[in-house]
Amino acid sequence: MTTSRVIGLVAGREFTTRVRSKSFVISTLLILAVMAVYVVLFTVIGKGTTAKVGLTGQATAMAQPLTAAAEHLGKTVQISTVDNEADGVQQVRDGKLDLLVKGPLGAPTAVFKSTVDPVLQNALEQQVRAQALQALLAQIQQPASVLNPVLNAKVTLDQLEPPDPDQGPRIAVSLITGIVLVISIITFGTAVAQGVVEEKSSRVVEILLATIRPWQLLAGKILGIGAVGLIQVLVIAGVGLVLARTSGVVDLPTVTVGTVLAALGWYVLGFFLYAALLGAAGSLVSRQEELQSAVTPVTLLPTIGFVVGVNLLIPNPTNTISTVLSMVPLFTPTLLPARIALGVAPPWQIALAVALMIASIAVVTWLAGRIYRNAVLQTGGRVRLLDALRSS
Amino acid sequence: MAEGVLEIDRISKRYGTVRALHEMTFDVRAGELFGFVGSNGAGKTTTMRIALGVLAADGGEVRWDGRPVDLATRRRIGYMPEERGLYPKMKAREQLVYLAQLHGMSAADARRATDGWIDRLGLDARRDDEVQKLSLGNQQRVQLIAALVHEPAVLVLDEPFSGLDPVAVDLMSEVLREQANRGVPVLFSSHQLDLVERLCDRVGIVRSGQMVASGGVTELRESGPVRLVVDGADADWATGLPGVRVVATEGGRTTVELSEGADDQEVLAAALKAGPVKEFSRLRPSLAELFRNVVSEQGAS
Repeated sequence: MTTSRVIGLVAGREFTTRVRSKSFVISTLLILAVMAVYVVLFTVIGKGTTAKVGLTGQATAMAQPLTAAAEHLGKTVQISTVDNEADGVQQVRDGKLDLLVKGPLGAPTAVFKSTVDPVLQNALEQQVRAQALQALLAQIQQPASVLNPVLNAKVTLDQLEPPDPDQGPRIAVSLITGIVLVISIITFGTAVAQGVVEEKSSRVVEILLATIRPWQLLAGKILGIGAVGLIQVLVIAGVGLVLARTSGVVDLPTVTVGTVLAALGWYVLGFFLYAALLGAAGSLVSRQEELQSAVTPVTLLPTIGFVVGVNLLIPNPTNTISTVLSMVPLFTPTLLPARIALGVAPPWQIALAVALMIASIAVVTWLAGRIYRNAVLQTGGRVRLLDALRSS
Repeated sequence: MAEGVLEIDRISKRYGTVRALHEMTFDVRAGELFGFVGSNGAGKTTTMRIALGVLAADGGEVRWDGRPVDLATRRRIGYMPEERGLYPKMKAREQLVYLAQLHGMSAADARRATDGWIDRLGLDARRDDEVQKLSLGNQQRVQLIAALVHEPAVLVLDEPFSGLDPVAVDLMSEVLREQANRGVPVLFSSHQLDLVERLCDRVGIVRSGQMVASGGVTELRESGPVRLVVDGADADWATGLPGVRVVATEGGRTTVELSEGADDQEVLAAALKAGPVKEFSRLRPSLAELFRNVVSEQGAS
């Protein structure tokens, strides 16, 4: 019987028993539900970005220019006319209006509840200044053109680096990608450790190892569980992509199929690295109750890398610590995708990180295979790591 | 020479400073039931684990059919480990089909063989139950099928009778005998010596990692010094006979042990001279007595 058939059989068992399990179906549905809720909330809250301005008395005359000024500043306003000032104030209190403008055109009063949008305030002030200027010009009987030097006076802007209009959405995408990767790698890596302990505690491992080699069992387990994880990540990514594009939650041309494929690639690399480590950690203990203490030190790593790296990345995407951390294979899969999403990872760094990861997967798998082989049949207590590495 | 024979050849194994096995040697012939007996910790499980490649030996070799046992051969061995174990959350039939496939059977053959055994052992109604939901007796049946489902060429069973109810013991005996009749060498360990004596063609007694006695049950029982039981003559008739030592007297019954070369007919003549003899027989120790002798020798050494 060929090695690939053996590994295929083991992987097939892992895959089918897990995909059919209730916990997999429930967790996938749960994640999708959370995403849907997020989109719904965002869409509902998103409607609030249109400012509702009520005009009353003389101020009704500024409906057109105010809309124009606000639009110029990137704000959509919905203007309504309020017949009665007291009514308008009440509407502001009730939150039906964001702002009520009343009083004379030259010196209006803006009524708001507790906070006012600075953009709106700015638009109003421009409006009032323009009114004042026009009044002044009319008074001294000068044509509007005398204002030209004023209008034409401007500061020349010398831009050293082009701005990234997508910076915000990019950060959002990098965060979401990172979180999905951290959770998936930890979840399915831990599942490998649990699977190892299940075989060890139920003693079925002895029958298996009388037929197949330890590394074949571990490899099949990692591949099978990895495929289950890949399906879940694929579902999340696919649904996420569709939701993002249709709802406009993340308005971003850069969220493409390519981004998703890259995320899957990082999942695969990260999963293999951590699954081998966690499988070895699992083989050191004999019972599920002891497993937590063995895997926690390993599962903390991707979280730490992500949290530390991203906290430094958001204020300063090009900081050295994040750059260096993202090159360390244990942190690469959760940190480098964030840097790539922010557009601050040059291709040579990506290539180097991938090479380092592949090399470390080879080393870690070899080490893990050795630990696993030595520890998996030792039941009873907890096997010391050094003993497992030493004995042959 | 060794067609279908499982040979354990001078296997040694140490755990740190503890010598678990020292040049353990015996063979199990094709079509033979070989009983492996010994105290706990004598090395039976270690020997079986090494034969299955689950453990590596420090020295020595395990051969089947004249060739060292490798992974391909091991696939053809049916194994029941001392620590029973199956996937608790997998359905019985599904699990057996999986194990049969791991042993190299095609999916179709694996299903056919599994269904055959499930029928035979009366697990039909339970085939799609999770193993953890089966009764202990049924779990043991599934475990037995796991060892047999791939039509093994060799059977190695560690304590297959432990924890079985009498009906299951009979079933297990029947199945093992049937497998041996198929030409399979069957090696099993057991503490139930009466069972081993009744069932096995040959037995091997292990002590401190070494085979101290092995052979056919009758052969073993007749090994060692000849002991005779004589009933009838008065006491003292045997004292002074050359090459004869009195081991025990109980009423009119005297047990004597003959040294090598001593003639039992002379003993009979001496007894008859002393009085009428109602019984004169060769005393054959049971396997249990043999075993106890071996263990007490260990205490003495």
